[in-house]
Order: sequence, then C-alpha cells, then structure tokens
Amino acid sequence: MSSLAESGPVPAGAGVGAEGPILVVERLVKHFPIKAGILIDRQIGAVRAVDDVSFSVDRGETLGLVGESGCGKSTLARSILQLIAPTSGSVRFEGREVAGLGRRAARELRADMQMVFQDPYASLNPRKRIAQIIGDPMLLHGIVERGEVKAVVQDLLETVGLNPEHYNRFPHEFSGGQRQRIGIARALGLRPKLIIADEPVSALDVSIQAQIINLLEDLQEEYRLTYVFVAHDLSVVRHVADRIAVMYLGKIVEIGPAEAVYDTPIHPYTEALLSAVPIPDPRANAARRQIVLEGDVPSPADPPAGCRFHTRCPRATDVCSTGEPLLIDHGGGHHAACHHPLDRA
Amino acid sequence: MSAPLLEIDDLRVHFSTDEGVVRAVDGVSLEIAEGEMLGIVGESGSGKSVASLTVLGLTRAANAEITGQISFEGQDLTAMDDEGLRRIRGNGIAMIFQDPLSALHPFYRVGNQLVEAIQVHRDVGDADARARAVELLELVGIPDPGRRMGEYPHELSGGMRQRVMIAMALTNDPRLLIADEPTTALDVTTQAQILRLIERLRRELGMAVIMITHDLGVIAEVADRVMVMYAGEAVEAGTLEQIFYDPQHPYTWGLLGSLTRVDQPRLARLAQIAGQPPSLINPPGGCHFRDRCPHEFAKCTEHPDLERRGGDAGHRDRCWLAPDRKREARVIASTGAIGLEAAKEPAS
Ligand SMILES: Nc1ncnc2c1ncn2[C@@H]1O[C@H](COP(=O)(O)OP(=O)(O)OP(=O)(O)O)[C@@H](O)[C@H]1O
Ligand SMILES: Nc1ncnc2c1ncn2[C@@H]1O[C@H](COP(=O)(O)OP(=O)(O)OP(=O)(O)O)[C@@H](O)[C@H]1O
Ligand code: SF4
Ligand SMILES: [Mg+2]
Ligand SMILES: [Mg+2]
Repeated sequence: MSSLAESGPVPAGAGVGAEGPILVVERLVKHFPIKAGILIDRQIGAVRAVDDVSFSVDRGETLGLVGESGCGKSTLARSILQLIAPTSGSVRFEGREVAGLGRRAARELRADMQMVFQDPYASLNPRKRIAQIIGDPMLLHGIVERGEVKAVVQDLLETVGLNPEHYNRFPHEFSGGQRQRIGIARALGLRPKLIIADEPVSALDVSIQAQIINLLEDLQEEYRLTYVFVAHDLSVVRHVADRIAVMYLGKIVEIGPAEAVYDTPIHPYTEALLSAVPIPDPRANAARRQIVLEGDVPSPADPPAGCRFHTRCPRATDVCSTGEPLLIDHGGGHHAACHHPLDRA
Repeated sequence: MSAPLLEIDDLRVHFSTDEGVVRAVDGVSLEIAEGEMLGIVGESGSGKSVASLTVLGLTRAANAEITGQISFEGQDLTAMDDEGLRRIRGNGIAMIFQDPLSALHPFYRVGNQLVEAIQVHRDVGDADARARAVELLELVGIPDPGRRMGEYPHELSGGMRQRVMIAMALTNDPRLLIADEPTTALDVTTQAQILRLIERLRRELGMAVIMITHDLGVIAEVADRVMVMYAGEAVEAGTLEQIFYDPQHPYTWGLLGSLTRVDQPRLARLAQIAGQPPSLINPPGGCHFRDRCPHEFAKCTEHPDLERRGGDAGHRDRCWLAPDRKREARVIASTGAIGLEAAKEPAS
C-alpha cells in the first residue's frame, strides 16, 4: 500500500491503452462562492462542488463516474472541459496543460474533447436545423468546407442511426432518443478523441437507452474513442465502463477496475450505493442483503470534517470524524479513501 | 378468493385534441386484493398516470371520453358523481403524485398543510389534528417531527418531501394507496428508504398499493403482481414470478433484455427494441407493438385481447404467437440478462 502524497501518483488506468493516459486530472478543485450583502458582495462561504480530485484516463478506455445528485459529477466534467474555470488544479490532455489556457487554444482543444449532455431537449437550439446544429461547429473548427458540409452531416446522421434525409428538420420533430443521437452526431463531427458524456441516457426510456448505449459502444470501437461516462445509474455504468470512480460530496472515495469495484467494493459508501440499486430479477433481489443508509447527504457548503461520509457510515469510529482518509492503493489499481476499508476476502 | 378491493374492466380514456383523438388509455383491466402490491410498468407516455388518475376521477373533462368499469369495494366509480368521488378520495383511496413539489404548496408550512388535509375529512380540533400530523410524520420516519412541522417544503430534501407526501396520503387511513413514480426523482439510497417505508406501511396498515414505475428493478423489489403497459394498453399481466421468469409478450422480453444489471458483469451487447413507441393518435391497427416486434406474422394485423394464452392461471397477455413459439423466441430475444434461462426449470 502506498499513500497518495501531495504530489503522489494519480490513480491510473487499467492499462487498456499501452500509450498511457490521454487525460490526467490532478488535485482539481472547483468551489462556487456563496455571496451575501446588498451593497458590497461579501463571500460568506463556498460550495465545495469538486474538492481535490485526481485521476487519469487511458486512451480507448471508458471511465464511469458515479455518485448521487449534487456530488459534483457535472461540475467535474465541466471543469475538465474548461466550460467553467477550475478554482485550482491541473488538467492535462495528451500531455498539454488545459487549465487556464486562453480562449482560442481552449477552443481548439475542445474539438478533441467533446461533451454529450443529459437533456436532449435543452441541449439543442430549437431554432436551428439539424444540418446547422451538426455542421456549424465543424465549419467553425475548419474541419469541413462549406460545399461538403451537407454530405458530411448526412454521413454522420447515418452513423448515429438517423435518416440522412432528415438533415433539414428542427429538433422538435425528433423524439428524445433521436435528439440524443443528434447530440452525439454533433460531438462526433469534431472528430474528438475524448467524449465526456454527462448522463447521456438518463432522460430516456429503457428500450431507447439500450439503443444509445449500443451506439456509443460501436462508435468507441470504430473511432477508438475514450469516454468519461457520467451517470447516477450504476447498472448502466457497470455495463459500459472499464473503470469506475465513485464520488461523494466533491471527493472521489473509490476508483478502480469496474469488476473490482462492483464485486469487491472497499469503501462502505460504494457498498451501500451498490446495494441500494434494485435488481430487475426478483429472486436475486430477495437473495441479497441490502444496506439502507440513514439520513440525507450533507450540504457541500459545509461538508463534515474528517471523512465526509462519517455521518452516515455504518463503520464509522472516532478517527473518521477527525482525520481525512487518503485515497490509498489497495492493489491492482483499486484505490479507496477509508479508515476502515471493507474486507476483500 | 374474496372479491377484489379494486377491479378495473376494459378502461379507456380518450382525449379529443386539435391533432386528433389521443387514446391515452385504451384497454386496461386489473384487479387488486386487500393488502396487495400491484406494480404497473411501462415507458413514458404509455398511459400509466392517466389510468391511475382516472380511478380517482381526476381526468374527467369536457374533452375526455371515459368508458369501462372501475369498481372499488363494490361501488362503480365511473358512474359516481363528483361528491361521491371526493368522499372516496378522502376515505378509501389516496394517491401520491409523480411530482412531489407540485403537490405541496410552497408558501405554507408542512405542518399546516397536513393539519388542513386531516381536517378536510375529519371533524377534529386543531390540537388533535396537530397531534395526528406529528404522529403521521413520525410514522413515515421523519426525525424530529415537531420541528419539521414548522418548515416549508423547499427546506426539505427530496426524500423528506416524499415522506411528507406519503404522510399526507395517509391522513385518511386509505385502503388503497396509488403511488405514481414515487421514487423516480430520488437518488438510489433515498429510493431504497422510501421503498422500505411503503412496504412497512403496507404491512402495518394493511393497505393495498398500486406502484407505478418505469423501473423493472423497483417492480422486482416490491410488487406481488405486475401489469405491463404499452401504448395505452395492458399487454401482459401476471404474478411477479410469471412476468420475470415466464414472460409471454415480446414487448416484455424486449424490456427485460434491454436492462443492465448492477450485479452482473457487462454482456457483449444489450438487446434493443428497434424504433419508438407509436403515436396514440393513430396507433397501428392490430397489435400495437407490431411495427417494432421481431416476431410479427400475418395474424398480428388483428387486435389481440388480453387473455390467458400460453401462461399459467392468472397470467394474461396480448400476443398471437403460439405458446411453443413464445418459448423458443423469447430466449433469443433476451441476451440472457434476465432469468429467462431459469424459466426453463420449474419455479422453486
Ligand atoms: N453554478 C453553480 N453555482 C453554485 N453552486 C453550484 C453551481 N453548479 C453546481 N453547484 C453546486 O455544486 C454541487 C455539485 O453539483 P453538480 O451539478 O456538479 O452535481 P452532480 O453530481 O452533477 O448532480 P446531478 O446528479 O444532480 O446532476 C451541488 O451542490 C450544486 O448545487
Ligand atoms: N389531458 C390530456 N389531453 C390530451 N392528451 C393527454 C392528456 N393527458 C395525458 N395525455 C397523453 O396521454 C398519454 C399517456 O400519458 P400518461 O401521463 O398517462 O403517460 P405515463 O405512462 O404516465 O408516462 P410517464 O412515464 O412519462 O409519466 C400521453 O401521450 C399524454 O401526452
Ligand atoms: S472512513 Fe470511516 S466513515 Fe468514512 S467510509 Fe470509512 S469507515 Fe465510513
Ligand atoms: Mg449532473
Ligand atoms: Mg406518468
């Protein structure tokens, strides 16, 4: 076991890609100031949405990022893409520092790192035609010439399973699942290397979810894409991810290869979270032991001292409310931050 | 078996709109016995909410045409006047709505809303009503209920709000609780708390529950019997074991096959149902699932009734396929994610 010191190793990938990490996030922090005062804005506190988060992602792998509402998943995703400026910390994409880049350089990099959003209704401009929604960013980034844009857009529509004849339609003429495909086509158009998908299937019905998950997997294979897949649905993430990071109140509490995290979780929060997910199989459901956590998640503006989970943790002792546990390597790239790690027999 | 608490027979709810007639509910039949938990599952827009609102007479409108029978403790609710329905809502059936915020008034303290709900149906003084309100909050597991009485809805977490909603629903000692997606907006750990709560209340108070959800996992956890809805119709109904381990309808197979599971490693590929649910304005004639069904054949242009076909007693579906065809086809339809393999062995 090695502890993660100040500038220590970043929890690394499972070695899916031999070339090493495409994305390295180190000690990333995003605090949203809480202000008060009528004449002069005084900062009276901060929402510690992302609080000292480090991890890396290998080329071609899928990292699943899970945790309950408000734990900081979207904020982390947006800070990586510089859609919001991180408070501190470093984000390196293919070895280049991204945090604090100028707007132009950031835009260029953003073509390599694309985002797919949760809400297929809000994320598409209702007044633009599909051809523009997908084509304009490509023109902006100089990826296609004006004359070839139509053909390229039609190609993309076909790739994501939409009728190429529909390139002239507006978003409202499509269903939720189809709009999500449009969002994916828009991201793909910029020929990204990394796609951060923030709850890409949460708003969709299960039968449509399966279509989109299959599509994302096919595209990954075809274009060797790297994914950061953000979701609160742990069953979906188990299906898509090679590695899993579990967040609680702005911190990664556990990260490791998917099978290890799901089959032998180390952190009591991960164990409880997994056991709360209903299994669509009555016999399997009845056969397992469920841990029901008491109470609610505390406020990220005033997180508990020590381990942030100690107020709800069934294993907590005195040390948990005073000392913050470090993210420690328990072997095989499986890290967890807990004073009383679960037995992994 | 004694007469069911609630019995619905061929319920249809059609709305006239500018675009045409929306056949929101187009053939729903179900029964629920005292103390039983019935799960209704179906995708968005399949008619779950409209069907359950109609039980309480809440879809009555100039543009709504409602046909079929709904009988509760022997009384026909479709024929009942508004006054009678109000009495039923106060005394026999309670409902938890899909959106907890819309059902609580934002500017009134939680305690006052509860007290008011109690006094609408009971002739009790303020002090008694307050005592009852505190008792109800305690019953639904709200810590420090005396203090919570003085708070406004926005001061509560999502889980707490849902508990308050449940407390409101319990003010009249309902025999039947209709819960419309009570956990959809909640995190899984909170969902687990609320599902436990509903199960405990069902046991302690002996009430029947209709649990509406789009999550087959939730169904698997709590339901005794299940009705699967598709495009306004019940396409399959049976016990929990029947639906999960001996499913008869291709739509049910598709649903089960497209699910991911938290307790099993990834499969090569999810089975997916092609296409999208049909419009309820001009649903395809014949089987509503026809244009998405991989097993469609000539007979499917006729409309199938919900009846016992290949399944055991009490198991009904709307699919024309012959029973042996179903047994063969469904194993292929599922990638093996769900217990279809187990279905070959007799239920243990
Ligand atoms: N612009 C902002 N200003 C202030 N607080 C914010 C802002 N954006 C997010 N937050 C807060 O930061 C915390 C983390 O939010 P975030 O949206 O990242 O969570 P999440 O994990 O994505 O949740 P969900 O699953 O609900 O999408 C929350 O407490 C949220 O209220
Ligand atoms: N008052 C109304 N007038 C016209 N159409 C309506 C009305 N109420 C509901 N509908 C339509 O009836 C259909 C069924 O709606 P319903 O709300 O019952 O679906 P649901 O199964 O509850 O879906 P969800 O899972 O999204 O809650 C939908 O197509 C809806 O648009
Ligand atoms: S450190 Fe303590 S409180 Fe935190 S998860 Fe581990 S046992 Fe629980
Ligand atoms: Mg989010
Ligand atoms: Mg509904």
